[in-house]
Amino acid sequence: MADNRADTRVSMRTPLARVKGLGAAGHGVEHWWIHRVTAVSNIPLIISFVIIVAALAGSSYEQAIAIISHPLIAIILILAVISVTNHMRLGMQIIIEDYVHDKGYKIVALIVNNFYAVIIGVACLYAILKVSLGRILV
Amino acid sequence: MAEAKVAPRPLSPHLQIYRWSWTMAMSIFHRATGSALYIGIALFAVWLVALASGPATFDAVQGFFGSPLGYLILFGYTWILMHHMLGGVRHLVWDFGYGMEAVQRINMARFTLIGSIALTVAIWAIAFLLF
Repeated sequence: MADNRADTRVSMRTPLARVKGLGAAGHGVEHWWIHRVTAVSNIPLIISFVIIVAALAGSSYEQAIAIISHPLIAIILILAVISVTNHMRLGMQIIIEDYVHDKGYKIVALIVNNFYAVIIGVACLYAILKVSLGRILV
Repeated sequence: MAEAKVAPRPLSPHLQIYRWSWTMAMSIFHRATGSALYIGIALFAVWLVALASGPATFDAVQGFFGSPLGYLILFGYTWILMHHMLGGVRHLVWDFGYGMEAVQRINMARFTLIGSIALTVAIWAIAFLLF
């Protein structure tokens, strides 16, 4: 009986890549999955975020402090910052890996991407917590 | 030492070869909007840190966002955000295996653009009326 299955020995990988042992790092599924999970969590958080920002437009310092330090708003913003910074870090990593082919530049870009996401995340979280807790701890 | 032979690899035509289609345009736009949001979130971080720094810093930053240029940036940012969100929902629908047919694909791509504009206008209309 003839075997009509595709020849499994045929590979998309080049012999050079096989010799160098280069290939997938094995973290692709985790990357893909967390990107999707944060995409889902972003939806309600971003809708809330837009409403909060609309409420903040044109507000005075005292009004802004009062809004941001409200526990419900602070918690929503903290969740949004965590979800968004993770999502954007993963998304930008895909773009870098797609377009930056030089190995050195790619590594630099990937590191800068991680630094940027962490800095944005920490700056936002610190500011939210300071504004929120500052009222309690004075 | 023998040189490693470069195997003939498949080549894919680049962007300018293709005729523009709705799905292609919205796919590119999804990446572009994602990149814009990536940079734009720094504005929110600046605003928050200014608020945490004190009244003087806050008033300067809030003054900028309250200027015509500031509102233009906020309006544009809202649209980009809504576009990326609806584009993302489109991708989630595909991830579940739906909406793959040609007509569905094009309609979803069109909805992404029209929906994002409608949502942005609605958000700002409500914001101006309420606040």
